[in-house]
This record gives sequence, structure tokens and C-alpha cells, in this order.
Amino acid sequence: MRLPVLLTTALTALFVAASPAFVPAPAAAADSGKEFRYAYRVDPASLDPHALAETFTLSWLGQVYEPLVGRGKNLELVPALATSWEQVEPTVWRFHLREGVKFADGTPFTADDVIFSLQRVKKDGSDMAYTVASVTDIKKVDDHTVDLIMAKPNPILPVQITSTYMMSKDWAEKHEATSPSSVKAKVENFATTNANGTGPFMIESRQAGVKTVLVPNPNWWGEKESNVSKVVFTPIQSDATRVAALLSGEVDMVYPVPQQDVARIESAEGTEVLKGSELRTMMLAMDQHRDELLNSDVKGKNPLKDKRVRQAIYQAIDMNAIKDRIMGGTSHIAGTMIAPGINGYDPKLDTRAAPYDPEASKKLLAEAGYPDGFSFTMDCSNDRYVNDERICQAIVGMLGRVGLKVTLNAQTRTKFFEKVLARDTSFAMIGWQPLSYDAHSTLQDTMNTPEGKVGTYNVGNYSNPKVDALTQKIEVEVDPAKRNAMIFEAMTLDKEDYGHIPVHQAGIAWGVRKGAHVVLRSDDSLELKWVTVD
Amino acid sequence: MSFVLGRLGQTVLVLLVAAFVSFSLFRYVGDPVNNMVGQTASLADREAMRAALGLDDPFVVQFLRFVGQALQGDFGISYRYGQPVSTLIAERFPATLELALISMLIATGLGVPLGVWTALHRGHWFSQVLLAISLIGVALPTFLIGIALILTFSVWLGWLPSFGRGQVVDLGWWSTGFLSWSGLRALVLPSVTLGVFQLALIMRLARAEMLEVMRADFIRFARARGLRPRAIEYRHALRNTLVPVVTMIGLQFGNVFAFSIIVETVFQWPGLGLLVIQAIQFADVPLLAAYLVLIALCFAVINLAVDLLYVAIDPRVRTSGAIRRTA
Repeated sequence: MRLPVLLTTALTALFVAASPAFVPAPAAAADSGKEFRYAYRVDPASLDPHALAETFTLSWLGQVYEPLVGRGKNLELVPALATSWEQVEPTVWRFHLREGVKFADGTPFTADDVIFSLQRVKKDGSDMAYTVASVTDIKKVDDHTVDLIMAKPNPILPVQITSTYMMSKDWAEKHEATSPSSVKAKVENFATTNANGTGPFMIESRQAGVKTVLVPNPNWWGEKESNVSKVVFTPIQSDATRVAALLSGEVDMVYPVPQQDVARIESAEGTEVLKGSELRTMMLAMDQHRDELLNSDVKGKNPLKDKRVRQAIYQAIDMNAIKDRIMGGTSHIAGTMIAPGINGYDPKLDTRAAPYDPEASKKLLAEAGYPDGFSFTMDCSNDRYVNDERICQAIVGMLGRVGLKVTLNAQTRTKFFEKVLARDTSFAMIGWQPLSYDAHSTLQDTMNTPEGKVGTYNVGNYSNPKVDALTQKIEVEVDPAKRNAMIFEAMTLDKEDYGHIPVHQAGIAWGVRKGAHVVLRSDDSLELKWVTVD
Repeated sequence: MSFVLGRLGQTVLVLLVAAFVSFSLFRYVGDPVNNMVGQTASLADREAMRAALGLDDPFVVQFLRFVGQALQGDFGISYRYGQPVSTLIAERFPATLELALISMLIATGLGVPLGVWTALHRGHWFSQVLLAISLIGVALPTFLIGIALILTFSVWLGWLPSFGRGQVVDLGWWSTGFLSWSGLRALVLPSVTLGVFQLALIMRLARAEMLEVMRADFIRFARARGLRPRAIEYRHALRNTLVPVVTMIGLQFGNVFAFSIIVETVFQWPGLGLLVIQAIQFADVPLLAAYLVLIALCFAVINLAVDLLYVAIDPRVRTSGAIRRTA
């Protein structure tokens, strides 16, 4: 009998030693000053501001680096490193630089830094070159005035450069970081792991993929709205863990919050959810180029080239059901290819082209010569957009009800983009958010006939010469009213053609601990300079 | 000596094969280029990038280039992080090793005594309870256990952190979580989660082996001679039970490395597992290649160590090899 007693005591001892019961709970214990801890799904890919044009990386780096022209709380243009800008000639934009600005390391910010940074952006290996693609020459007028010169008028240059960040010439030269880091060149770049910006915060310590600590930049020029003395950023990949970290009080804010956890965070004491709508429009692309549809039982022709068939697909999809049952009612059903908040958006555009009507769909299919429907494959990502795979499953089911036999091919983002960008697709769901927040980007990249540098994400190869011509005119039109009218016209053409099927803009949800105050901006960007903690 | 050399040669071969197999799998993880350029890059830009990275080269050329550079200790630059792969792996390795060590300690420290005890007290109610629990431990998916622990101990009770590694202390190139209070606290949930499956496995194996040994003739003779039960159970039976159990523990150590991918994702534990999950999502081929070779190396080293241990324990292995060679 001694043995079990001995063993159980040993066991109990082990359990107690390993048990957390003996650990005092310093949950929200003493932190000096105001600390703000937040978590996002991933880590910024690089600290080099010109290395990768990815929404989150750019948004995050915007805390440390600054552009010439910034964005306010409602995405309006606001002065940042330039106090004002004007078109002195149709092909010349003049920027008046803010005086007395210093980088975090103390060196003053001048016109030379602007010229250096813009030249760096244009270098091979930079992913941001598209923002200044129209700029052919940069001239220094004086220490605080710079002229950007272009071959043809570009009315939206200020809009395009709100994520084009300024680096210090001296710092970059000292650390041999004068070219954007490039994996292509197979070299590590000092700027990948270090930063020296003019922004409101600077990096105190960082371990890529693990944790980054930011502190206020004492040299910042702006008026201080934030009362935070230390910011701890952690990427937390697992949705459940991220939400748990907020609920347990280990972080003050998490994003994105998955749909199914919104109610839980709202009902918990001490946490709340901020909601908005994405600027990204989800859309369905249909192959309108091939003469024979891929993976289909229809041989020798491509039914999707027939407008009636595209309209049938449009009317077969119940967008309200997707909104209510999959998106938890938080999405905004899209009537057009651009979201509210994008330059060029018009509520009159944002109406559905045709109502949900399966009977009408069947009739259209019969008229087009497919009374029994036909089969094809739908391509979809399963880890890129909010609920992407579930939306696609629902669409496949809805199309099945009107006789279209669709096979779903949902795969990881790397495989998905590889396939659809190679145009190896008949029907795909893809999302587009113009990085410039301007409709021209949507027109040029997702609606223009693919050729050279345009139409890359027009994976269905939709082609309407009138849309192409308008896209070119919009690019150079200086008068905002005329420009918006042309955007309206081009978007209407696509809508009448059923060139794409806009689906929705997904909801954005941020989980915030009560006592922490953040500003939800609809580009899903957290600006630390507006964060306060009670 | 020639035995050792032969084994080493085999190890190198195994590594090459592992590299080859993993390399041939990479074309199924997707196109890395689309993650490396922004959405505005044109198709031509993407093609140029692909060519510059050598992704257009034939498979064999890519493989030989990888092996050639790896032999010089160069595993390339991570596509995602833009940092040398060797630096990233060295940074993350301590976290995974510490987690694996602690969870194996928990699993062994509890698994062996519990297994032995349940074998010796077959009808006891407590044995039945332990066996039932161990079944759950084997059957429940690791991530579910992790989430359940987080909900209980972090969200509900607020005792332990739900993610991360706490405060780490740098000792030269090794960063340890053992030397700070928050580091130790952060270890509890992930190591228990990772250890549960191993614990159940070790306990059940120890029990089975013990039952087997207790039926053996020499135990019966010992009983017949009237030795005290305690001496029989712990001096004679336990020792014979431990040989296969210890071998298994050694081999399970490799599996703990593999399992840690899930645990690290659930607890955002900044180790190799988390790194590799992100690498898969971003088709970060250089990082994946280096990781897989490293894991193959770990397995090879453990197997080699086990083999060498056998040589030390059992002279027959040594002599049979020697005889064959001289004959």
C-alpha cells in the first residue's frame, strides 16, 4: 500500500509544481506610463518602405515613415511632409516641404531626401515604383521645394503617393541601403531590419515575426494626440489565440476579428468591437477570351462569351443570403466595382444590375442555348479573403439550382494566384483594393484589356474598347468633375456588359479593450498617432 | 570505427534524399513570386522576377544549386523576410528546442511512473481513470487541447499567458525563456499541450511493457524464491521495462519537433514550427528547404545516436558486423 501512496504524493507534487495555481495573477499589473499592446494576423514583411507594396506592410510602416501627402481620419488628403502642393503646369507638380522636420536620428529633412527617396522608389527591386511611374524627372527648386515633372498630365499624383515614404539620404548612404532590399539580388539590406523615418513613432526593438516595440519619436513635427509612451506589436496568426489574447487582457487591441467571434467579444465585459467596411471589392471574373471554355462539357465554344449567360449567372446568385448567412450581416453588397470611400465612387453606381431571380436565369440560359446548363470549374482562394471558400461554396450551390454544374477548386493563396494570373481559369473570385484609393486603379488593373502592364488582375480577360479608351482618358483628365463622369461611364459599361460580377465589400472588425481608444479607418489601417489609453 | 563511418555515410545519403524529396514537393506549394511583388506588378515584372530567382530553371539544376550552396553553409535569403535563412533558423531554434525539452520532460516524468503504477494495480479504480484519460490524450487533436487550455487558464482564470514566449534572456546566440518569470509562465501551456500526446503514449507503452515483463519466467522464479514484491517490481521488472521505453522516448523526440508546428501556431510560440507554417503560406522555398533538411538532420542524428547506443549496450551488433567484414 505504500507504493500508491508514494506515487500519488509524487504525482500531486508534480502537478502542483506544474500547476498555475501557485502563480499570482499579475494580469494588468504595474506598467509604467501608458502602454499600448496590439496584435495583427501577420508581421510586416520588411521594414524597407519601398520593398513590398502590400496593404498591411505599408500601413504598419506608416507609423515610422511618412509620405509627402498623407491621409486623414476619413481618408481625405492631408499635408504630411509637404505642407501644400499645386500643379504649376499641367505636367509639373510642385510640393512645398514642411520646415524644421527631423528624422528619428536627428538629421534634418530636406529636398535632397525627397529626391533621393523618389529615385530609390524608381530603382529596380522597388515594388513602389508604380506610385511614381508617371514622374520622369525630379527637380529641386530650393531646400524646401521640389518639382515632380511628368511626360503627360497626371491629375491624381498626390493621391497616388500617400504610401510613398521618405527616407534619409545620409542614413541610407551611411548604411549602404540606397537600393530597396531585393531578394532578387540575394543580398540582405540594412533597411530591411532597421528604420529611420520622420513618423510619430520609432522602433525600439524588433524580432521579425515575433515582436516589435515602438516608442514615440521625440523629433516628430506633428501635434501629439496620443498619450502612449510604448507600443508593443505582436503578430498572432491563429484567430482563436488572437481573440483569446484580447479577452484575457494581454493585448489592448486585435485585428482582424473573425466574424464568428464578434458576438463573443461584444458580450465580454471590458471589450468591444469596432466595425466598418473594407475598401476591397470582391468580384467574380468570367473567362470572356478563350474560344473554348476550360474544364467544361461544352466543346468548341465558350458560353461565358455570351452576355445572356453572364447575366444568368449574375441573377442566380443571392447576394442577400451571402451577406446574412456567411458574412453575419456585416458586408456591404456591391453594385459596382469600387467601394464607398474610393475616389470616383457614386451611390448611383452602387445598385445591382439585375435582381436575384433564378427563374429569369433559367430562361436566359435556355435562350442562350443551354436549357440544361453546362459545367465548368470555379477557382477560389481559401486563406486570402474573409470567408472566401464559404462564399464560393455558396455560389456553387446557387448556380447548381439553375442547372450550372460548377466544380469548386479552392486552394491556398499561392496556388490560387499562380493559377488565375496565368489565366488558367474559367470562373474565379478575386478581390481588388486600389492602393491609390482611386477608381482608375480598378479600371486599369481589373477591367482594362490585359496588355503589358495593364489588366494584370483582369483574370477573365474582359475586354471593351470603350472602357479601355475611357481608362486612358481618366488617367490624364485634370478636371475632377469630367473625370468622375468618365469613371461613371466606364463603370456603367462594365455593368451593362456583365463584364464582372461585383459581390461585396467585407466588413472590418477590430476588437478593442475598453479604455483604449483607436480610430477605425476604412482602409483597415491603425494609426498609432491617434491611439490613447486611459 | 568502420561501423561508425558506414553509419555516417548512410546519414549523408539520407540527408541528400530528404533534400531531393522535399525539393521536388516545392512546386506544389505555389508560386512564390506573387507574394514577393505587390498587386501592381505586371505579368512581365513577375516573369522577370521568376527568372532572376532561377525558378524557371529545370528542377535538377535548382536542386544541384541548392545542394552546392548548402554545402558551403549558404541557405540563401528568405523570400518573405529578406534575411539570411540561417540567421532566421538560428534565431528561432532555441524556442522550439526548449519547448520540446520541457514537454518531453513532462511526458517522461509522468508517463513512466504512471504506466508502471497502472500495470501493477490493474484493477484499481485509479488505473481505470488514468487509462481512460490517456485514451483522450491520444485521441484529442493537439490544437483542440491547446485552445481548451487557453480558454481555461488565460481567458477564464487569467493565470497564464495565451501566446508568445514571455521575456527571454539572451545568452550569446542562445535566447532562453528559462531565466525569467514570464518566460517560465509562458512555457506552461504550450509544453503541456505538446506533452499530452507523448505522455499518454509513454504511459501506455510503459504499462504494456511492464505487464509483459511481470509475466516473464524470471519474475515468477523471483516470486517463488520469496523475494519481496517491492524488490521484484522495482529492481528487476522496471529495469527490463525501461529499455524499449527509453528507445521510444528518444525516437519520439523527433516527433515532438514535428508536432510543435501545431502547438506553436496555436500559442504563437516563436519557434521553427511557426516560422515554417508562415513559410508554407508564402511559398518561401529557401526557408522550407533549409527547415526540412534541418529536421532530416535531427532525425538522422537521433537515429545515429540510438544505433551507437545499441553498439555500446549490445556487443553482438558490433561483432556481427566485424565478422562479416573479415570473413
